[in-house]
Amino acid sequence: MRYFNQNSRNQFLISVLATVFISIVCYSLSNLIGYRTVALILLATVSMLAIFFSVYPVLLAATLSALIWDYFFIPPHFTLHVQNSDDVLMLMMYFIIALINGVLTSKVRGLEKLELQKEERQNTIKLYKTLFDSLSHELRTPIATIVGASDNLLHKDSNISENDKSLLVDEISIAAFRLNRLIDNLLNMQRLESGMLKIKPDWCEVNDLINNAVNRLKLELSNRNLQIDIQEDLSIIKLDVGLIDQALFNLLHNESLYTPIGSTISISAKLINGILNLCISDNGKGFSDEELKSLFIKFYRSSAKTTGGTGLGLSIVKGFVEAHGGKVKVENNIPHGAKFTLEIPVEVLNLDDYKEFSSADLNN
Amino acid sequence: MDLKTNILIIDDEGQIRKLLEITLNSNDYHAQSASTAREGITMAVVHPPELIILDLGLPDEDGQVVLRKLREWYLGAIIILSVRSSEEDIVKALDNGANDYLTKPFRTGELLARIRTALRQTQNVTQIQKLEFENLVIDLTSRTVTLDNEPLKLTATEYSLLTLLAKNDGRVLTHQYILRSIWGPGYTQQSQYLRVFVGQLRKKIEPNPNNPKFILTESGIGYRFCTKIDD
Repeated sequence: MRYFNQNSRNQFLISVLATVFISIVCYSLSNLIGYRTVALILLATVSMLAIFFSVYPVLLAATLSALIWDYFFIPPHFTLHVQNSDDVLMLMMYFIIALINGVLTSKVRGLEKLELQKEERQNTIKLYKTLFDSLSHELRTPIATIVGASDNLLHKDSNISENDKSLLVDEISIAAFRLNRLIDNLLNMQRLESGMLKIKPDWCEVNDLINNAVNRLKLELSNRNLQIDIQEDLSIIKLDVGLIDQALFNLLHNESLYTPIGSTISISAKLINGILNLCISDNGKGFSDEELKSLFIKFYRSSAKTTGGTGLGLSIVKGFVEAHGGKVKVENNIPHGAKFTLEIPVEVLNLDDYKEFSSADLNN
Repeated sequence: MDLKTNILIIDDEGQIRKLLEITLNSNDYHAQSASTAREGITMAVVHPPELIILDLGLPDEDGQVVLRKLREWYLGAIIILSVRSSEEDIVKALDNGANDYLTKPFRTGELLARIRTALRQTQNVTQIQKLEFENLVIDLTSRTVTLDNEPLKLTATEYSLLTLLAKNDGRVLTHQYILRSIWGPGYTQQSQYLRVFVGQLRKKIEPNPNNPKFILTESGIGYRFCTKIDD
């Protein structure tokens, strides 16, 4: 919106400047060219502007150039008064042509826009088709598990061992939580898409942020080697805890899906010049060049992955971090594996302000 | 004579009611359920239970309103069980007097633990003089705190914060509630004070301040003092 306003302000400015500039050039040449030729040159200028700019700056240029032409070029000079009836007609014609110019181009522009919208709509339809394809797969797999497992358990004559029974119950539980994660991701995507996402920053400790995400994935990460390295005395910072928590959760959940069992997953946090640097890396397989480029695109699914997924997780990470004015980077780890870095500009609490405050109230 | 603890479930979803009834009854509680706010409030009035499990999305009235209505007279424990998971909803419910909040889907083990904690809070009205948590002991009469039998030097604010959290062992206290209780009503937006003091307190009482076991963070909501949940 701000871009648009600034852009349209620039258009007005350029229209005025161009008109004035051409007028000055014509005025200096007024001994060589007649004032009617000047009208044509000015008209050409307005037409040029009409090709690039929207209707209002063009109308402004048209009006301005008509006035300039009248005042400086039509005899008697330096007055808006027009003697000759021919010139009155010329002036009127000039104005009408300039107007038509502006209106016509804005119409063409409108048609172009419509065409663009149509194309966008088709892209959206394609996108939704991809979404629904992956969604129906993602929804049906856990549902199939639940239906199948509960059928097995309900079947009275079957002689499943107690151990197998508890395995089936585990599967039902895993499937249900998978469905729940999917719904979380869909809701988050919807928040991003609708433009309704407003970040609500609050003070938090980075420890808490990382612990929370890790604890929620305790089970999934139980057979990976976790290394958490948080910068000593990392201060209290301000960010939207809910969103960054979800971003970390999505990244760590991916780690649990796509790294081989026994992999080492490192989480590090440091603060560099007011930018919180959260890094999650592993020693798994890493990505191909093509994957590195497309990873954060919505619905993108890496071809190498056989496990299900909607391709929403990482685009949510990107969206939530960018909502903070931050950046997400992915690269291959050395010697191998993947490395995701979140760079989030944050407000940092100056602990010195509170040191005196807290020592002042020593009670004994 | 039925001596089991009575729990009332107010939830419009039949599947959830059934699940809760089975879970609670098989854990030695006596569960009854209502499917609307109206029915639930009537049942609570006629035969007040020890604990109410309340859903926020009821067909006839907003759960937060039901919660406020119940809290006008009901002194027992109320646990919110809802699909609404936004921090605002949770904070609002806790401020409206809910003892705890659990979002659907939930683990039944977690629910049972929360029920035990909530029941303990509402039943424990006797004056406590000493709070003991493993190696951490708070003596409320002499205002001293010891860790592994070593006295801890706490500032007045740190002590108030610790006792407030510890007295509400197992219960989530919202940031606003803690700020209001310790610093006063003018400070409810100054959440940085709380972060600073929790950080200091953790350094003094936690064996590993980076991964605390006493003062737990409820992301975006508040803090919960750990409770030895027997699960």
